[in-house]
Formats: sequence, structure tokens, C-alpha cells
Amino acid sequence: MHSRTTVDDEHPAAALGGVAAGRSPVVIEARGIEKTFRVPEHRMDTFKERVTHPFTRVEYRELRALRDISFDVHSGEFFGIVGQNGSGKSTLLKILASIYAADAGRVRMAGRLAPFIELGVGFNPELTARENTVINGVLMGLSKREARRRLDAVLEFAELEEFVELKLKNYSSGMMVRLAFAIMVQAEADIMLIDEVLAVGDAAFVQRCMDVFEQKRRAGATVVLVTHDMTAVQSMCDRAMVLDAGEVQYVGDAEQAALQYYRLNFAHAGGANTDVATVPDFNARLLHARLLDEAGDPVDNIAAGQPLILDVLLEARRELLAPRFVIHVANAEGVLVFGVVTTLEKSKGDRVTEGEHVRLSGRIENPLAPGRYAIGCWVGRDRSTGDMAVQGLRLFDFLVYGNPRDGVVSVEGELRATPEATP
Amino acid sequence: MSEDVSRLELREVRGPSALGGGWRRSLELLSLIAVTDFKRTYFGTALGYVWSIARPLMLFGVLLAVFTQVFRIGDDVPNYPVLLLFNIVLFSFFQEATLTAVYSVVNQESVVRKTQFPRLVIPVAVVVTGLFNLGLNLVVVFVFILAWGIDPTWSWLLLTVTLTLLFVLTTAVSMIVSSLYPRFRDTAIIWGVAATVLFYGTPLLYPAEVAPDSLQAVMQLNPLAPIFELARVWVIDPTAPGPLDLAGGGAALAGAAAIYLAVCAFAVWIFNREAPRIAEQL
Repeated sequence: MHSRTTVDDEHPAAALGGVAAGRSPVVIEARGIEKTFRVPEHRMDTFKERVTHPFTRVEYRELRALRDISFDVHSGEFFGIVGQNGSGKSTLLKILASIYAADAGRVRMAGRLAPFIELGVGFNPELTARENTVINGVLMGLSKREARRRLDAVLEFAELEEFVELKLKNYSSGMMVRLAFAIMVQAEADIMLIDEVLAVGDAAFVQRCMDVFEQKRRAGATVVLVTHDMTAVQSMCDRAMVLDAGEVQYVGDAEQAALQYYRLNFAHAGGANTDVATVPDFNARLLHARLLDEAGDPVDNIAAGQPLILDVLLEARRELLAPRFVIHVANAEGVLVFGVVTTLEKSKGDRVTEGEHVRLSGRIENPLAPGRYAIGCWVGRDRSTGDMAVQGLRLFDFLVYGNPRDGVVSVEGELRATPEATP
Repeated sequence: MSEDVSRLELREVRGPSALGGGWRRSLELLSLIAVTDFKRTYFGTALGYVWSIARPLMLFGVLLAVFTQVFRIGDDVPNYPVLLLFNIVLFSFFQEATLTAVYSVVNQESVVRKTQFPRLVIPVAVVVTGLFNLGLNLVVVFVFILAWGIDPTWSWLLLTVTLTLLFVLTTAVSMIVSSLYPRFRDTAIIWGVAATVLFYGTPLLYPAEVAPDSLQAVMQLNPLAPIFELARVWVIDPTAPGPLDLAGGGAALAGAAAIYLAVCAFAVWIFNREAPRIAEQL
């Protein structure tokens, strides 16, 4: 339905690669936006403080919220802005919406803008829904008359007709969000800037928002959505931008952006337990255990679907006769998800002498649903009686990141539904 | 993809400002907000309008008792009671509008932080609401004036000049205090005291001519003084000394005029300077 641009458009010229992007004109053009907040170490809030400490220089910490942000959004495009908390995405949205002034850089925009910021559209709690609706309509560029004319449509959309004369301070937060969203939608702006609307509201409301976005997009509106919800990004956005610490990490394909976001969030988020296990090591001692990515670099966490590449080095504590090594993966609930068994390579004999090292390396398919997992290793040796003496080693914890899925594992499968005539 | 979007031109986004979004929209918002506020005052409470006239009337009652029964300043002043009422109503407009305006931007926090609401509209709406109020109160005052036996004259029309001067000054002061308050929270206290000083420093409770010559020079620097003196001459008492007589010539009056213009210029400068960053200060 929507062609996605697969071209990484760090360079504006490359941005023209996508079909949607190529045909339609640019409606938001941001070039080199910079924003620094001066956060006083000790805030001087009163004249008295200024007067009584005239020579105390107010120490400021510079918080560089945005550095050299440049991007284009094309007409009719659904553009996502994603990033961790504090990455600057809300600040950027506020600059686009003319709430904050940028320190440097330039934003140009074509068309009328309707912002939806911090879960609302600037309500005065002392005024009624009717008054707030009209004022906000005018704020979004409608004339007074037009704003009044659309009042009913707004209230109907928000399902708040009965509460039109109620002051906003008596509204529940859910009613407020509904009204705000309705105002923004009914303003019929060319560009909608939306910050985190999907984070609140019940499932029905979120579904409604999604429907509206889809409808608006079909009608040719441009939507800029700030969100943490990668499912939304992947399913709705044509393109997305990833912000990290105030810098653009990626602009382009939505799928890629979502992956980038997960990588930023989890790849080095710590939390992985790479400590050498402290279990009694009567069979073997763990020297190191690492999880590698496909490039062979050690990682703490891994994207869903990416193979688990292991590198484990053990030292035999005693002679191990016909040892068996089992790599097993358990989920956060402690449920064993799967295990992979191996024995010594035939050519290398059937035993390991005390002090000898054994390297376990391998590539294991990763069907794991996103979540936290612990990987362990059982080392068993044959005893003279023929039974096994097994020792468990805890290797490390890791995170599989990606879109939440139902179930424990993701599997490939084909399912068909065919209507069949009843006899 | 709609066709009409393609002909839209890219326009620079200039960020928040005093009049963000253009003049027309600012005026529409101004009228919407001022009218809404005004309606709320009159239809929101049980006694509505009574409350807004009751305050100046009660203040008038107390002051009239003090200055005619205790201090007897009023004895020598022609039409003292109506002059007092007139002055109090005019000054109440200035005082209430500016004192409300101090908090206005902060009170509208959710609007300022989420929209590109033209920042100037916020304090100006407070002043305009006050002006509506003043209009209604002046009706009552003129009923008193006529009842007192003062005959209407053509010079009453000049009251619009006085009101314009007062409105502009009130707006300027409101702009200054409302833009400073988010950064310096004691602006409210300081302006509260300053407004009280002006209440006694401006010839409201007493006619300007009773002040000793030594004080006269200082008093006439107050830009509010000539405004009230003019209002008195034009409406209540054509024989009263005008600002020129009191200041002792145009040169002295130029001081008040200069201060008046300086306050206005400062208001425009400070508001334009603060407006783009107000959302960050909240």
C-alpha cells in the first residue's frame, strides 16, 4: 500500500529514493536545529537572591538538547520520531510547533499545523469544553466562526456532548485527552504533530487514534508522530527518525529505524551478567562466556531473530570422560525454552584431562520472543558406573529485543483458512 | 495525496513570539478570551456584576467617611464625593488589571507550554477584560455624577482620551510584570507594594493642588498624575487646575510624558525579549 523508502537518507539527495518521498513536496524542512537549555545549578528565583548575592555567578549547566538536527518530511507522509527519554524528541516537536525557539538552525513549513503536545492542546482548566474548543480551534488556524461551526463535530468525535458546559478542571484525564484529540483532528490541518498520544488511553481510544491517522493519511495529511511504540512505527510510519542524545542517528525506513531504536535501547544497556559463575565447579570452571553478533563483536543483548553466537571457554577441573555439554536457555520465569547438546569432537578423543581447556562455540537459531533470558551450560561426565555427574554453570543473562509477541518463541508457519460447504 | 498541499509554499517557522501567528489571529484570540473572561465574571457567580462594582463602592464608602468625617480634606474640594468615586473606579481598573496580569502568563501555563499561543494576548486580555468592567462601572459613576447635579458637557467626550492614555499605560505595565514574573517570582510582591504606593502617590484621595510645592515636582513625574488631573478637569470640575498649571509649565510635564513613553518602550522591549523563552521558564 505504501512504498517505503529503503534509502538511508542521511543525505537529502538520497531521500528522494522512496516513491512516496520522491513525488510529494517537502512540507517540513529542518536544517541544523540546535537547542541548549541553561540549567542553573542554583536557581535564582527572586530579586532578593540576586541582590543579596550580587557577586555569586549563577552557575549554569549547559544541556544540549538538540544538536544539528536536519530532516525533511514530505507531504502526505507518516513520519515517526523515536528515541529514548531525554533524547530531545519532545523538544524538537516543541520547536516545530513554535513553542520553543531554536538557538540556531531553520525550520520551514508549508501549510497549517495542528500540534498535540504532552497529551493535550493547551486547555485552560477554568473554562468550559465549549470555550476551550473554540479557542483551540482559532489557535490551530481556524477563524472564530469556523471554530464555532465545528464545535458539534468535535464534541461528537470526543463523545462528550453532554459535558460541553463543564469546566475542564472537572474533566477526567481520559475525557481531556479525547477532547484534545478531537480538536486536533477536527482542525483539519495540513500537518499534525503528535506527541505520545498512544501512551495513554484505553485500547479502544488507541485503536480510534490509529484509525484516524490512517484516514488522515489517506486524505493527504502529513502526520509527525513521536512515540516509543515501535509497533506503531513499523505498522504506520512511512519513514522515521531516530534521535539519541539530541543527535539524529538515523532517518529513513521505518523498520530500520525501529531496529536502530531497539539497538540503542538494549544493545549496551548493561544488565547483562557476564560474571563468572560461582557454582561449585567440580567438573569444569568457566573462564569466559560471551554472546557475539554476526560480525563477531561481543554484545550484551540481541535483536529478535538474530542468531545466538556463543563463545564459551571452560577449564576441566578433573578428568572428564566422554563429557557432554548442554547449552540451555531459560526465560525470565525460569522455564527452560530449549537446549542444545554436544559432545567432544570425535577426532579429539573421548576425554579431557584435568586443566585442559574446552571451547564451546556455536551458532544457535534464535526463535526467542523478545524478553530476558538466562543462558546456562551443563557439563556432564561419564562415571565408571555409566551414569552422569552433571554440573550446571550459569553463563549470562541477555535480552532479546524487538516487537513484543505473544508466546515464548516465534516460529515460521503457514496457516490456511478455507471456507468449506457444509454437507 | 491532496493537490492543494503541493502549491503550499514553505514558510519560515519563527518560533514563539509576542504575536505568534499573526495579527488577525491574535486579535481573534484576544476578543475570545476577554469576552469569555468577562462573561464568566458576570454569569459565573450568583451576584455577577454586583461583585465587581461592590468593591470600588465599598472602598469609596470607607474613604469618603475617612476624608470627609475624619481628615476633612474633602470639605474644600468641589464635588469631592463624586471625584473620589470617579478616581477610585479609574484607579481600580489600573490596579486590578496589573495585579491580575502579573500571574496571567503563569496561570495560562498549559496553554503556553503546549501551543504557540501569541504570548502578548495573555496579559492584554486581562487588561481588556478590566476595560469592559471599567465601562460598566463608569455607567454607575455617571449616574452618581448626574445625580450629584453636575451638568453634562462636551468635554465629557474627552474622557476617551484619558481612558486611552490609562489603557495604554495599564497594558504596558501588565506586559512588564507578566513577562518578568516567570523569571522572578517576587515581581508579584514588588508590584503589589508599588501599586499601593501609586494609590497614595497619585492625586486620587486628595486634589493635586493641596500637595506642597516641594513635593509637587516629584508627584508630577508620576505619569498617572496628569491622567487623573485631566479626567477631573474634563468631567468633574472644569475650574480645577490642569496638569500644566500643577507641573509648572510644559517642561516639567515633559518629565511625566517621558516616563510614560519610557514605560511603554520598555514594555515592548522586555516582552519581545522574554516571549520566545517564556515556555521554558515555566
